[in-house]
Amino acid sequence: MLNEDALFYSRVLTELTLSFHIIYATIGVGVPLMIMIAQWVGIKKNDEHYILLARRWTRGFVITVAVGVVTGTAIGLQLSLLWPNFMELAGHVIALPLFMETFAFFFEAIFLGIYLYTWDRFENQRKHLLLLIPVAIGASFSAVFITMVNAFMNAPQGFEIMNGELVNINPLVAMFNPAMPTKVAHVVATAYMTAAFILASIAAFRLLRGSNHIYHKKALFLTMKLGLIFSIATAVIGDFSGKYLAEYQPEKLAAAEWHFETEENAPLILYGVLDDGEVKYAFKIPSALSILAHGFPSSEVVGLDQFADDEIPPLSIHYMFDIMVTIGVWMVILSLVFWLGTRRGWAFIQTKWYRWLIVLGGPLSVIAIEAGWWLAEVGRQPWVLRGVMRTAEAATSSNQVDKMLILFAGLYLILGIGSIVVLSRMFRRNPVEREIEDRKAEKGGATS
Amino acid sequence: MNLEILGIVVLWTFLFGYVIVASIDFGAGFFNAYSLIVGKQKILTNIIQRYLSPVWEVTNVFLVFFFVGIVGFFPKTAFYYGTILLVPASFAILLLAIRGSYYAFETYGARGHKGYSFMYGLSGLLIPASLSIVFTISEGGFVSLVDGQPVLDYWTLFKSPLTWSIVLLSITAVLYISSVFLTWYANKAKDVEATALMRKYALIWALPMIITASGIIVELRGHNLEHFNRMIDLWWMFGLSFLLFLSTVWIIWNRRSYGLAFVLLVGQFALAFFAYGISHYPYLLYPLLTIYDSFTNRAMAISLVVAFIAGLCLLLPSLYLLLRLFLFNKRYVRGDSDYHP
Ligand code: HDD
Ligand code: HEM
Ligand code: HEM
Repeated sequence: MLNEDALFYSRVLTELTLSFHIIYATIGVGVPLMIMIAQWVGIKKNDEHYILLARRWTRGFVITVAVGVVTGTAIGLQLSLLWPNFMELAGHVIALPLFMETFAFFFEAIFLGIYLYTWDRFENQRKHLLLLIPVAIGASFSAVFITMVNAFMNAPQGFEIMNGELVNINPLVAMFNPAMPTKVAHVVATAYMTAAFILASIAAFRLLRGSNHIYHKKALFLTMKLGLIFSIATAVIGDFSGKYLAEYQPEKLAAAEWHFETEENAPLILYGVLDDGEVKYAFKIPSALSILAHGFPSSEVVGLDQFADDEIPPLSIHYMFDIMVTIGVWMVILSLVFWLGTRRGWAFIQTKWYRWLIVLGGPLSVIAIEAGWWLAEVGRQPWVLRGVMRTAEAATSSNQVDKMLILFAGLYLILGIGSIVVLSRMFRRNPVEREIEDRKAEKGGATS
Repeated sequence: MNLEILGIVVLWTFLFGYVIVASIDFGAGFFNAYSLIVGKQKILTNIIQRYLSPVWEVTNVFLVFFFVGIVGFFPKTAFYYGTILLVPASFAILLLAIRGSYYAFETYGARGHKGYSFMYGLSGLLIPASLSIVFTISEGGFVSLVDGQPVLDYWTLFKSPLTWSIVLLSITAVLYISSVFLTWYANKAKDVEATALMRKYALIWALPMIITASGIIVELRGHNLEHFNRMIDLWWMFGLSFLLFLSTVWIIWNRRSYGLAFVLLVGQFALAFFAYGISHYPYLLYPLLTIYDSFTNRAMAISLVVAFIAGLCLLLPSLYLLLRLFLFNKRYVRGDSDYHP
């Protein structure tokens, strides 16, 4: 029995919750590593500025983690509430990483609590830094485990279905599916990249707003350098993700590239619009898709003609792909030029317009994350478990989903606005200049 | 012991952990709001903030652990409970989300105002009430199968006295557990005023708690005789639990060791919670779902158990560290040094 309304609203609610959660989750995965690096640099160079940087980032981080935790709790329950049939099947086969994720949360939550409240408790800063390692590990591993679940949805294996019964279940084979290596690596690398560029945006913004303190310059250089490293990693792993798709999910790649006929020397279509099944205003790079998919210009790339009509994902994912890749390449160039310019003393990277471009980099990276997930998830349709269960079969039969959608939309609105207001107030009330002075006074003799 | 029982014991234990730590949290929020209204806020706020700040996230993970674990060990629960709980669970998520995030906004960010503290306190009573509905539903009689899909009858649920007695118990238990714990904590902090106030609250809420708890046993007799009879078979566990309750109250009344009082209280609730759980066996949802027909396959069960043991080896030392640094650290509890981020 199919309940069309429930299906439709369940999809919208899932899209909404995940798209909102992923913003905070990405920050939650990436920022602890950045804090760790800043504190470590500070200890090594014996430079108070980097320590303060770590300290201020931590304060902001607590707010984003809080929203990550509550929206994560929401999505965790919603998966069972909206997709009971899917979760029943998933519970049998892929519950292991989901379960391990909760341990990662536990680990992170415990040490974050300790880290936060022990800033001045240790004589030796190194000991305090040690407490952050479990936080960073816990955060990254929650991403690893949840992405393993998602990889399984794209390339399910480790079980067989005989007469409607699940048999021969092997949780480890399910966990280590073919989609796992590229997906996990790409998700983790993009989280680090996004965190670095968001922090760079903030530093650039402070510099634009008249504060010329060396503190912000150090922050900007550090984060742009990290951003450069992780954006290159992102692009390289992204290329591998494309090769994975060509091998295991050719329909997703074909839909993303508007590649209709199976052929050799397949051209890569960039940008453009689709008008009545005809591609217009697009750039075509000869043989590039063949290279992207298999590494050789002459290799054959499977096109959409090989698939039944009702198994082709929406062609709109092409736009998502373009957005993601454009931003990825753009951020590599932006940070590379900044890094070279700083070393060679190019003047233009100090100009206003260049700093504005850096400010834009943070939000752009978030947009790339969203576009990437929409590409990956919509590109899997009509399947919730590729080849095994259709999304339509997975949904709840309840009639109340539309009301819940309104409820949650309101919640996310409040949380989104609340977190932005609190963050900006927090830092405006306590500017760096003042905090640096305060710290000096503290060190000068008076103990707090 | 077979794997089914092992699985449910692990989950039940974590749920019990959540009941205790979350009750402390929810009750603290309520007392904070109440003291604000009656103008005694200065006495409590410090104590409550000191305890809650480092642990609120950990509290939340206990809940996540439970619902992720139950889908792992008993996947069919996702189908039954997932379908029927959409509305009640969504409300609980909503309240939890607002409470959790605004706690963080307030503590780490900018100070809010009175209205906020009031909402925060109120949510501390509404969340246990909304979560406790699950216990009521599990007793059966509210869910029917229509075309193979479980459907919840809201009106019957709303009318049932069982629903309301469980809601009442959840509220009184939250207030009682929380006030006993905070008495102990305030005493450790050598805060005489706060100790006296919390002690008073503990004594006030002891009686309503035990009355509502006994009331449920009576209600069950009318609602689910099978469960009731199995509970009577376990009379000695409930009896022991009652004795522990009396000892706790006696100790608090006579101002003896508040630490011991809290330990006895945990014992009291553990006994009652497990006696309730054992008598519920083997049903997860009367009479549609048992732990046997919902259980996962053997391979998954074994890997979950292995993961659980490995996770525990990681978790227990970390939890111990957290407790040692904050709960049992005299200087921190007393507020001698300020370790702000
Ligand atoms: C900052 C964000 C970001 C950036 C700059 C890029 N990506 Fe990406 N991409 C993601 C963020 C992302 C993501 C959000 O992390 C996705 C969504 C699902 C996933 O596994 O990762 C993703 C998915 C994803 C997929 C689909 C994988 C699948 O469905 O299994 C491919 C083929 C690529 N990416 C390829 C690239 C390429 C060639 C890039 C060139 C620079 C690139 N990505 C930049
Ligand atoms: C956090 C990053 C993720 C984002 C932003 C995301 C986004 C989306 C989107 C946009 C859809 C809708 C596709 C459509 O309806 O056309 C979807 C579908 C779905 N996703 Fe993901 N997803 C993410 C990760 C995951 C993970 C890790 C899981 C599993 C644990 C998951 C479970 C599902 C399910 C069950 C659906 C089916 C609903 C549907 O197809 O509409 N998602 N997701
Ligand atoms: C790839 C996408 C995702 C990433 C990178 C991610 C990462 C995170 C992070 C970093 C947190 C904060 C945890 C903490 O600080 O303790 C979090 C919270 C959470 N996430 Fe996600 N998440 C993703 C998608 C999902 C999905 C699809 C689910 C549903 C199964 C989920 C379930 C949760 C839960 C339940 C929490 C709250 C944990 C707690 O209470 O501490 N996440 N997630």
